[in-house]
Amino acid sequence: MNIALDQKRRFIMASISVLAIALCIALPVSTTVGPMDISPWDAIVSLASTLGFINTDIPTHIATIIEQIRLPRAILSILVGSALAVSGAAIQGLFRNPLADPGLIGVSGGAAFAAVGMIVLGSGPLFFLKDWLEPYSLVVAAFLGGFLTTLLVARIATNKFGTSIVTMLLAGIAINIVTGAGIGIFTYLADDNQLRTLTFWSMGSLGGATWESVLVSGTLIILAIIMIPAKARSLNALLLGESEARHLGVNVDKIKRQVILLSALAVGAAVAVAGMIGFVGLIVPHLIRMTLGPDHRYLLPASALLGGLFLLCADMLSRTIIAPAELPIGLITSIIGGPFFIALIIFRAKRFSI
Amino acid sequence: MSLIAKNISLLIGNKMLLEDINFAVHPGELVAIVGPNGAGKSSLFKVLTREYAFFNGTVELNGRAYTEWEPEQIALQMGVLPQSSGLNFPFSAYEVVLLGRLPHSSGRIRDQEIALHALQLVDAEHLSNASYLSLSGGEKQRVQLARVLAQIWEETPVFAERYLLLDEPTSALDLPHQHMILNQAKTISQQGVGVVAILHDLNLAAEYADRIVMLKEGKVHTEGTIETSLQPPLIEQLFDIKVDVIKHPQSGKPLVISSGHYS
Repeated sequence: MNIALDQKRRFIMASISVLAIALCIALPVSTTVGPMDISPWDAIVSLASTLGFINTDIPTHIATIIEQIRLPRAILSILVGSALAVSGAAIQGLFRNPLADPGLIGVSGGAAFAAVGMIVLGSGPLFFLKDWLEPYSLVVAAFLGGFLTTLLVARIATNKFGTSIVTMLLAGIAINIVTGAGIGIFTYLADDNQLRTLTFWSMGSLGGATWESVLVSGTLIILAIIMIPAKARSLNALLLGESEARHLGVNVDKIKRQVILLSALAVGAAVAVAGMIGFVGLIVPHLIRMTLGPDHRYLLPASALLGGLFLLCADMLSRTIIAPAELPIGLITSIIGGPFFIALIIFRAKRFSI
Repeated sequence: MSLIAKNISLLIGNKMLLEDINFAVHPGELVAIVGPNGAGKSSLFKVLTREYAFFNGTVELNGRAYTEWEPEQIALQMGVLPQSSGLNFPFSAYEVVLLGRLPHSSGRIRDQEIALHALQLVDAEHLSNASYLSLSGGEKQRVQLARVLAQIWEETPVFAERYLLLDEPTSALDLPHQHMILNQAKTISQQGVGVVAILHDLNLAAEYADRIVMLKEGKVHTEGTIETSLQPPLIEQLFDIKVDVIKHPQSGKPLVISSGHYS
């Protein structure tokens, strides 16, 4: 038997366990962070009583802050981080390019365009929504925007020879230019009030977290996070190349369709509740690949865990750096992500020039 | 039960790439496809490996048209080695070979055994734990071949007849490995696998193939045994080059010596 492979598998399993434990620790810790000091003990006791394990005499205002503000926010951070990281990893696998990102093929741009349009124009265009869906119109708009642009890009890139990755990336760039211009036009049209919402939203924020937003986006995101790893073996085969994957019995077109759809779903849901948060989908899968290797069976779940952990920590930072004010979380991820991306490009350039 | 292509024509744009080609490979034989650049070798290969679906004519795999098989079923009967592979992620060589077991449900232990054997067959066992990205072109090609060998390693309960299609398997290899790889292909064909290989080197074809199919301008120019097809006039028509064919001093097979372009 191959000893190196067994060792590698053990290391991977241990790493995934460590990530899961870290996430379990970070979640209660994050509920202690914020404008109001809450001791870790109070936070844990309050969490436990929220979950119905114990009855306590924690002051109501502390319980309320934890229950209604910090807990949903922490959970939303984890969900959004996982969604961005998993769809990033999946799309990189699909495109066989470790530098690809949901933003590249227009998912984020389309979602942002639709959401910004919704903020400025109101929900008129979504008249077909049932009343009970009304509060979620931003989610629906962002998802539809992301989904439709993805379909458009895929459509442009597909001919009778199959889907061309290069054409798809180029189409994604073009679409991003158009949606960027569209967002600019909406920004120009917006009044002062909308402009504030818009600015905040375009820099990303988890400040609006409520149990409702957790429920709506969480349903979609969890669906995607469960279904994408089910394609792990096919994605592994796809890394060899499309025709190689086809010769290994993978229904390539179906997998592409499914992965793109599920990614659009996850990213759309994430963008809708948290705005534009860049680079998570790029950094997280990369770190995992560097330590655990490219096997999607481990990459996808590990990315989900690390993505959640990463955004949870970034959100803690965003709440504390300039407290009592908040720094938009998208700025934090970009400040970390931009230099990381540059380092990545330089590193790759070096390695491939050898 | 064979891999049979009947009356294949392929039109791309208004260029006729293949014209009424009939081709078959049967279990247990090694067929070499040869011909000058642009003769349609790769197009025929792509039709045979169902990468092109918009040709006229039919391709039958073990008695059924491709469209009647599920993709997973085809993968159990046919392994394909493309000319070059764009794997861009740091799998180890061993993991790459294990990917060849994807269509099978033979269990992890068995898959690992097969992957290891396949690596031994292509003289790449020592590369098992090396990152695929750190390998040389020839080493990559051998690892990819091991992957395809692992895919069609043994008969499956449902599918006994298997096929191995190789697109210029020797193009990136040094001389000893060219012979080693074709030796393996030959051995596999003797074990009952139908092997098709696109080859540029007529002498490699002469040494290892059971049959040669010569393509020219999208048509089958000549087809037959090595002795009947490797005749100076035929080769001269095919490649526009002057050749002598002598007997190989050891194997007695035809040995083609080119002696300059016709002017």
